[in-house]
Amino acid sequence: MSWESLLPLAIVLSSFIPGVMIFFFSEKQAGLRTGLNIAAALVKLVLVAILINGVWRGDTLYELRVSLLPGLDLALRADALSLLFIILSATLWLVTTVYAIGYMEHSKNRSQFFGFFSLCVSSTMGIALAGNLLTFLIFYEMLTIFTYPLVVHNGTDKAMGGGRVYLMYTITGGAALLLGVVWLYMLAGQVEFTDGGALASVAHHTTPLTIIFFLFIVGLGVKAALFPMHGWLPRAMVAPAPVSALLHAVAVVKAGAFGIVRVVNDVFGVTLAQDLNLLQPLLVMACITVLVGSMFAIFQDDLKKRLAYSTVSQVSYVVMGVALFGPIGATGGLLHLVHQGVMKITLFFGAGSFAETLGIYRVSQMNGIGKRMPLTMGAFTIGALGMIGVPPVAGFISKWYLGTGALDANMDWVIGVLMLSSLLNAMYFLPILYRAWFMTQQEAWPHEHDFGRFETHWMLLTPPVVTAVFSILLGLFASLPYGLLDWVELIISREYLL
Amino acid sequence: MIFDTTVWMSLVILLPLAAAITAFLLPRHALAIGLTSSGLIVLSVIALTISLVDGGAARDQMGGWGAPLGIDLVADGLSAVMLLMTAAVGLAITIYAKGYFPARDAHKRAFFWPLWLFLWGSLNALFLSGDIFNLFVTLELLGLSAVALTALVGKPTAVRAAMRYLLVGLAGSMMYLLGVAFVYAGYGALDIAQLRMLVADGPPLYAAATLMTVGLMMKGALFPLHFWLPPAHANAAAPVSALLSALVVKAPFYIMLRLWMDVLYPLADTAAPQVLSALGIAAILWGSIQALRQPKFKLLVAYSTVAQLGYLFLLIPALLADSRPQVLGAIVSFMVAHAAAKAAAFLSAGNILHATGDEQIASFTGLLRTLPLTVTTFALAGLSLVALPPSGGFIAKWLLLDRALANGDWWLVVVIIAGGLLAAGYVMRVLGPTFRERETKPTNARAVPRSMALSAFGLSVLAIILGFMGVYLLDLLAIEPVSMMVGGG
Repeated sequence: MSWESLLPLAIVLSSFIPGVMIFFFSEKQAGLRTGLNIAAALVKLVLVAILINGVWRGDTLYELRVSLLPGLDLALRADALSLLFIILSATLWLVTTVYAIGYMEHSKNRSQFFGFFSLCVSSTMGIALAGNLLTFLIFYEMLTIFTYPLVVHNGTDKAMGGGRVYLMYTITGGAALLLGVVWLYMLAGQVEFTDGGALASVAHHTTPLTIIFFLFIVGLGVKAALFPMHGWLPRAMVAPAPVSALLHAVAVVKAGAFGIVRVVNDVFGVTLAQDLNLLQPLLVMACITVLVGSMFAIFQDDLKKRLAYSTVSQVSYVVMGVALFGPIGATGGLLHLVHQGVMKITLFFGAGSFAETLGIYRVSQMNGIGKRMPLTMGAFTIGALGMIGVPPVAGFISKWYLGTGALDANMDWVIGVLMLSSLLNAMYFLPILYRAWFMTQQEAWPHEHDFGRFETHWMLLTPPVVTAVFSILLGLFASLPYGLLDWVELIISREYLL
Repeated sequence: MIFDTTVWMSLVILLPLAAAITAFLLPRHALAIGLTSSGLIVLSVIALTISLVDGGAARDQMGGWGAPLGIDLVADGLSAVMLLMTAAVGLAITIYAKGYFPARDAHKRAFFWPLWLFLWGSLNALFLSGDIFNLFVTLELLGLSAVALTALVGKPTAVRAAMRYLLVGLAGSMMYLLGVAFVYAGYGALDIAQLRMLVADGPPLYAAATLMTVGLMMKGALFPLHFWLPPAHANAAAPVSALLSALVVKAPFYIMLRLWMDVLYPLADTAAPQVLSALGIAAILWGSIQALRQPKFKLLVAYSTVAQLGYLFLLIPALLADSRPQVLGAIVSFMVAHAAAKAAAFLSAGNILHATGDEQIASFTGLLRTLPLTVTTFALAGLSLVALPPSGGFIAKWLLLDRALANGDWWLVVVIIAGGLLAAGYVMRVLGPTFRERETKPTNARAVPRSMALSAFGLSVLAIILGFMGVYLLDLLAIEPVSMMVGGG
C-alpha cells in the first residue's frame, strides 16, 4: 500500500480524530481545543494541496479500498469533482472554525459543539472522496447523525423541535437512498463513480432505473432542500450561526447537491439520464425550487430564515446546471456549488455577528446597521449582491454560464426562470441593504456588546471579510490559469468526453 | 493446534458447567471463578473456531457411541458464529456483572454466577447439538436457568414475570418434545444429519412441524406469542436482561433455523414458511409501535427486541427456496448484530438506572452531560438497531434488503424500510431528551462503576465494528456440515 492511497483516508481522519479527541477535553481547556481545531484545519489544507497537485496531473493512485462484504467495497478515491468539493469544504472549515471560536466564546458545552463540528466536516470529506455509492451512502448518513447534536445544541424546546423535524426528513430521505442503492447494486453490481456513467451494461432496465433515479432524487433532494422536501431547513435555523453557515454553505445542503451531481454525472451519466428522460423532470423540479424558495424568502422578517429560504433557492441552481444536459450549463452548476458556498457563508457570518454584537435578529431591526458595523455589513452586501448576480461578484459568473447553457441546450424558458429569480433575489436582498445603509437607526440596539477597537470581536469580523474578498476574487479572476473555471472545465470535459 | 477440534467442542461445554458447579459450591469465590472461567471459555471458543477454519466442520461422538444411540456434537460454521456471538456478549456481561452485583450483595452474587455459567454452558451445548432430542434437553436447561436468573432481583414484578416466563417456556418445550416424538415415531431417527435423508412429506412431518414450530415460537417470542417477553426482559437485573434479549431468545430461533433447513424442508411449499414470514412482519410493526409508546426505558428496549426478532423470520421462505448461503448469511448477520446492539442497550439502561434510579424516559433530560459515556453507548447501539451505517445492523439490513429485492418481495422491502424508520423513532425518543438543557442539577446521580460503563461501551463499539466484519462472518458461515459419518469416523 503506497502513501498516496492513504491520502484520502488521512483527509477524512484529519478532522475525525481531532473531533473525537475534543469530546474528552473539559470546558476549561479552551486553549488546547482551539489549538487542536486550527492545527487540524491547517493540516487538512496541506493534505488537500498535495492531493490537488496529484489529481491535476491525472494520477489515479489516490484510492483506498476495504471490503465490507463480498462485492461490496468501501472505496475512498480522489477525482477532480471530489477535489472541487474538498477545496471548498477545507477552506471554509478553517474560516468557520475561527468564526465559531469567537461566536461560541461564552456558551455552554463547547467541547461537545466543536467535537461534532469536526465530525461533520469529516463526514463531508468522506462524501467528497467516496468512490462508489455505498461509501457515499455511509458518509451521507454519518453527516445526518453528526449534524443533529449541532442543530439541537441550545437544548431549548425550539431547538429540539427543529432537530426532530430535521431527523424526520433526513432519515426518511436516507431510507429512500438506501433502497435505491441496494437495488442498483443488485441490478448492476458494485457501482463505482465513473466519468460518463457506470450503468451502460444495464441500460435496458429502463423502469427499475427510472424508479431508482427517483429514489436517489428523493434521498438527496431532502438534504439539498429541493421543493417540496425543503421544510426542515428553515426550522433548523435554531442552530447557532456557525452551524447554519456550515450547514448551508458546506455540509448538509451541499452534500445533497453534490450527491445529485454524482448521481447524474458519474452513476447514470448525462447521456443515459437524458435517454431515460430523467433530466427534464429534475430541471423542472430545480426551477420550481429556485422560484418558490425566493418567494418564501421575501416574506421572512427573521434574517436567518430569509437566508435559509434563499439557500433553498440558490442550491437548486446547482441541480439546474446539472440537469441542463450540456457542458456549459453543467459548468455553471458546478461553479455555483463553490460560489454559493462562499457567498452564503459570508451572509451567515454577517447575520451571526449582528445577533452576537447587537442582538439583532430581524430585518426590520437593521435600520442604520451599516454605520455601526460597516465592515461586517460591507461583507454582507457583497454576498447579497453576488446572490443577485451583480458583477463582478462570483454569483454573476455562475448565472452567466447557466444562462448560456440554457440557450445552448435550446431551453430558452430557463432564461426566464433565471431572470425572474434574480428579480426575486433583488426583492429580498435590496431592502436589507437599503435599511442598513440608507435608513437611520431608530432605537437602541437590543443587546449591544462592546468589543473595544473593532466593531465586533476580531474572530467574528475577519471570517466574513475574508470570504467576501474570496467572492470578489472568484468573480474577477475566474478565468485565471489553474483557477476555478479551469478546474470545473477539466471535470466537465472528462464527463462529456470532450 | 494443541488439541483436536472435538476436544475444544467438549471444552466449551464442560468448562462453563464445571465452573457453574464450583461457583455454586464455593459462593465466596464465585466472582473469581466467574471471571477466570469466562476468560477460559472465550479462549476455547476462539480456539474451536480456529480449528474449524483449519480443519472444516467436525462431529464428536461423545463416549464413542455414535449417532443413533449416543450424543453427537456437531460443529459447523453456523455453530461457530453462534458460539462466538455468545462468547463476545458473555464476556461483556461477565465484566458488567462484576460491578453490578457488589460484594455487599452476597446473596445475589452467590446465585448469579452459578446460574449464568450454567446458562452459558447450556447455550454452548445447544449450539453444538446435532440431534433434535439433545436440542430439547439443552433448551430446557437454558430455559430453567434463564427463569431463575429473571427472578433473581426478587421484586414481585420480576417474580411474576419469571413465573409467566417459566410456564410459557414449559408449554413451549412440551410442544417441541411432542414434535420430537412424532419425528422419531415417523422416521426412526433423532440425529439431524440422518433425518435429513430420511424425512418425507407426510402426516408425521406435518404434526411435528406444527408442534415444534409453535413451541419454538413461544420460547422465541415470535409475535403473537411474545407477550411474556417484555415483562420478563424489562424487570430482570440489567445483565440478565441483556443476556435474555441478546442470547437466550436466539436459541429457539437457532433450533428453528436448523429444523427448517434440514428436517422440515419437504414442507417448503406449504403455507407454513409464508405464515412465519407474515408473523415476522407483524412482529416488526407491533413491536416497534409498542416501543414508541413505552414510558420506561427497559420496556422500550424489550419491545424493540420483539420487533427485531421479527426480521429473523422474514426470509424463512427464501431460505427454503434456493440461494441458501446468501439468505442464511443475511439472517445470521442480523442475529449477531442484534445481539451486540441489544445487549449494549440493556446494559446502558442498567447504567442509567444505577446512576439515577429513574428509568422514566421523560426524566432523561440532560443526561448527556451527567452520563456521557452511557448515552454514547446507547447511541451507538441505537445506530445499529436503526441500521444506519457504519454498523453491524446496517450490513445485516443491506443483506436482507438485497435478498428481498432479488426475490421481488416488495412487501418485505417496505416492511424492512418502515421498520428502520420506526426504530429511528424509538431510539430518538430516548436520545433526544438527553440533549435538552436541564434547569436543575440532578440530585442523586451515583457514579457508574467503571466495569459497567466500559463493558457496555465495548459492546456498543462491537456493534459498530461488526459493520466491517461481514466478509469474515460470511466466510466462517460457509463452513458446511460434514456429510454423515454414521458408526464411527
